[in-house]
Amino acid sequence: MRAVLRWLLGRLAAAALVAWVVATVVFFALRAAGGDPSEAILGGPGSQASEESMARVRQEYSLDEPLIVQYLLQLARTVTFQLGDSYARRLPVSELIGDQLPGTLALAGLGLVLAWALALAVATLAVSARGPIARRAVGLLRGGEVVASVMPHFWLGAVLIAVFAGGLGWLPATSSDNSLRSLLLPAVTLAVPVAGFLGQVMRDGLEEAHAAPFATTARTRGASERRVLWAHSLRHAALPAIALSGWAFGSLLSGAVVVETLFGRPGLGRLLIDATHARDVPLVIGVVLVIALGYVVVMSVADLLERVVDPRLRGRVEAVRTAPEGEVVS
Amino acid sequence: MSGQQTASRSQGRAAAVGGWARRWAANLGPGGMVSAGVVLLVVLAALVPGLFAPGDPTAVAPAQAYQPPGPGAVFGTDASGRDVYTRVVHGAGQSLGVGAAATAIGLGLGLLLGFGAALGPRWLDGALSRVIEVLFALPSLVLALLLVSVLGAGVGPSVLAVGLATAPGYARILRARAQSVVHSPYVTAARLEGVSAPEAFFLHVVPNTLWPLIAVGTLGIGQAIVWVSALSYLGLGALPPSPEWGAMLNAGRLHITSSWWLTVAPGLAITAAAAALTMLGRRLSAVEPA
Repeated sequence: MRAVLRWLLGRLAAAALVAWVVATVVFFALRAAGGDPSEAILGGPGSQASEESMARVRQEYSLDEPLIVQYLLQLARTVTFQLGDSYARRLPVSELIGDQLPGTLALAGLGLVLAWALALAVATLAVSARGPIARRAVGLLRGGEVVASVMPHFWLGAVLIAVFAGGLGWLPATSSDNSLRSLLLPAVTLAVPVAGFLGQVMRDGLEEAHAAPFATTARTRGASERRVLWAHSLRHAALPAIALSGWAFGSLLSGAVVVETLFGRPGLGRLLIDATHARDVPLVIGVVLVIALGYVVVMSVADLLERVVDPRLRGRVEAVRTAPEGEVVS
Repeated sequence: MSGQQTASRSQGRAAAVGGWARRWAANLGPGGMVSAGVVLLVVLAALVPGLFAPGDPTAVAPAQAYQPPGPGAVFGTDASGRDVYTRVVHGAGQSLGVGAAATAIGLGLGLLLGFGAALGPRWLDGALSRVIEVLFALPSLVLALLLVSVLGAGVGPSVLAVGLATAPGYARILRARAQSVVHSPYVTAARLEGVSAPEAFFLHVVPNTLWPLIAVGTLGIGQAIVWVSALSYLGLGALPPSPEWGAMLNAGRLHITSSWWLTVAPGLAITAAAAALTMLGRRLSAVEPA
């Protein structure tokens, strides 16, 4: 019970920390942008905001108070989810986000499932490969995984549209609802780069597990290769991949920004891009905050899943791995 | 310290560099060779684009608009009849440049944060590490968009935004690296021999921490090219008349189904450059200096 409480407290602390960092980055970036912060909040010098709206913002953001008070107020607003109104759309930020969230979650969720399926297929095929030609093919596959993992979404998606919507005409080029037909192309676009990463991790894990003493023991007891793979090795190989799923979800969300624009699909990413174009600062803060907190939630779920799969981890207090080794950006 | 000692020390270091380069070349493997070749081509195209494409990347010829790839134009022509191949070659300089600039900003800031955390007092390490972890948790593109929304769109802001957004990742790697070097036996030995703290820092900690940066930086440039071009693609970085790869993609965005080559050619360049730099970076990091 105490362990559970500690774990929950740790997760809450992580969420609070995320809110603090977002609030701080925004606060200092707004001041660093130069000029009048109220003007920056209203869309920069080009927006020609009216005197009244600037006065309103100045009051709403307490811009006449000393800096430290302004900062503390910004913190308080962020932590209590007082996201305010979008200046470009004149609607509450929370309402705008609430409208767009389900579509993006459906897209990212399907993307994650597809990425896992692809990675699993690639990894199991690779370790089952026998004979010189098959081994050579696995060597090529490693290169393919790297290429897949760096492939920009905007390009992969464009090629998929050109082939499956333009050339073959099987699937729609734009995606507006949450039906499978409409979700498939954008979800595949999101899944391929993530599958490249997960595939590398899972293949390494499977190869290692296949050579481990417990696999040899199972073989000497007469277990078939297939049984060793599915009943023994996979559990081990899945662990690092599960740990990375939190990271993968973050990558899917930043991918969603591009993919939603590419497929003309409404969603959180499109909302973020439109808000960035309009320099609608309150809306940008809101979306970034939701994405960051979503990341904390997914990390926590991945951490719990890891404990389910690996009993050895149950005493551990916190999740450890956040990104593929050596990777610089998420 | 006498002059002779300094000379022998730098000679020893030169020999170490030579040995490392040789071992690295031997370990490159076929994939690494191909990657190194691609990187070399991109760098050459960036430095002397005329070598591969003597034409003018901005020469318009409205009568030749939207020509599909063919004998006259390998990658076809765009809306103003400009040769896409020539533009892709001439875009290498800008794309590689913004990637390198963003990486330099990220690495510089990461160096400051990482070294501060590893060498400073414990409370500073605790505080910085926490902040680094959280910033790292935010997807880079999302963090970059947050910064662009405040700084405004354009090439400069988008490079700065990607640089700042990638800094936490570098800080994370550098902190771990610097910490392991600071607590290594050879630094302790040097300190016991009477080497002062600043001297030990510059003689041992800096070179041994910075070595792996070559690999990390190579990898990082590949990823930065993708992120900066993503911002340009979204219309927040370089703008369409410029032959920057992301801006070219942005211009081709609305013609995907009719003129696919406008998208495929610059996208191929981004993917090839990023994949080659990533592969090369990994090979580099696989061979650590002794």
